Amino acid sequence: MQEQIINILADTTGRDAADFSDASQDLFTSGLLDSMATVSLLLGLQDEFGVQVPVSEFDRSQWNTIEKIEQRVKELQNA
Amino acid sequence: MINWIASLPNFSAYGTPMYFFYLILAILPLGIGLYFGKRFSWYEALISFIFIFLMFDGSSWQQGISLIVYVIYETCLVMYYTHYRKKQNGSGTFYLISALSILPLVIVKLSPAMVGHNSLLGFLGISYLTFRAVGTVIETRDGMIKEISPWKFIRFILFMPTITSGPIDRYRRFEKDYQKVPSRDEYLQLVSKGIFYLFLGFLYKFVIGYFFGQRFYPYFERLTLAEHDPFSWHMLGVMYTYGFYLFFDFAGYSLFAVAISYFMGVKSPMNFKQPFKSKNIKEFWNRWHISLSFWFRDYIFMRFVFMATKKRWFKNRNALSSTAYMLNMVLMGFWHGITWYYILYGFLHGIALVVNDWWLRYKRKHLKKLPHNKFTTGVAIFITFNFVMFTFLIFSGFLDTFFFNNH
Repeated sequence: MQEQIINILADTTGRDAADFSDASQDLFTSGLLDSMATVSLLLGLQDEFGVQVPVSEFDRSQWNTIEKIEQRVKELQNA
Repeated sequence: MINWIASLPNFSAYGTPMYFFYLILAILPLGIGLYFGKRFSWYEALISFIFIFLMFDGSSWQQGISLIVYVIYETCLVMYYTHYRKKQNGSGTFYLISALSILPLVIVKLSPAMVGHNSLLGFLGISYLTFRAVGTVIETRDGMIKEISPWKFIRFILFMPTITSGPIDRYRRFEKDYQKVPSRDEYLQLVSKGIFYLFLGFLYKFVIGYFFGQRFYPYFERLTLAEHDPFSWHMLGVMYTYGFYLFFDFAGYSLFAVAISYFMGVKSPMNFKQPFKSKNIKEFWNRWHISLSFWFRDYIFMRFVFMATKKRWFKNRNALSSTAYMLNMVLMGFWHGITWYYILYGFLHGIALVVNDWWLRYKRKHLKKLPHNKFTTGVAIFITFNFVMFTFLIFSGFLDTFFFNNH
């Protein structure tokens, strides 16, 4: 799943997948993600995994690393 | 009854040193309760009522009545919508309810420009209550808030420490804090942080803010108005002294609100994080009036981008982000008030965010060719700081006096 998430992130930010090799780095403080890219990420997750993430559910501290994104997606899939 | 209320003394929030004395005395029993793991909700409601009453009695009694009517109105809307949302989820109803909950604020903001005097509907803090109410409606729409009682909603929008000027909290965050009593260790930590913030607030608002606002600013203001030259050194004095006054006054006020919230066992969000250290304008909005800027980010910017992307309104991603930035900031300008200087302030910040975004993209493409060192960081901070100060000069309305009302 991490690989798919990295692909979505690379797609939405227009960066190399290599930029996202560290699954525990903070995507916001490192400047990799901003509000714009976040929306594309949510839509990408929706297409890829079929999980609906309302914008108001998006608490940055819960979604700021690839590990956490993976965990959230799994939670939403099982919900 | 009205005559009696109008004759009572009025205490604006955090106005004088004595106010703090009474306020802290009144919340002391709450603190003792929290220390022993209990939240005295009824006592809290009682002192909140008394202190809110004292903000809106005396000469402000009309505002007090507007506040009561407003709270009843918003509570009815939110109750109706949560009830409706359990069975249905129509977009039309959502937009209608959102529009109705913003309506009083729109009337209050439009009145001075349209009819030339302030609306009777207005009261100090109406914007901040509206942000909380609309946020609650939006999160109900998203299914994040499922259940809300009138009492809980009122407790949230009227939370006494933050009622007149924020910070703007979110319902789910507030309610989570409220439902759980902090452990003794946590509470003691909150109190010690709160005491620090309180004294920092005194320094900011009553010392530094006072000197900038009451001493330095009027000095430069007088000289600039006498000179009739927009490019004078004294104009720069007006710009910097106003900018610092604005920061220290507002940040001081926010520190009080956060400190008192902490004493009451609620972690209201911080509103300022050393904004003048920002290296670009995007970072600035993550550090300046944070609870407002995040409100706009989450409820205007992100939602707009989300919808526009889903419905493919834009072919070009950068055109979308630029439009969203402009919409976000111009709307924020309008929110401050319908005057040319507030709207221009928002417009300039929108443009700055667009330019900033363009620059960040350019920088990323040419990473290897561009130098990056302490000096370039210094230049970035310098440019950001001076741009911000310039927009504060516009925001201050001083130029309106200078150009159009300087007799």
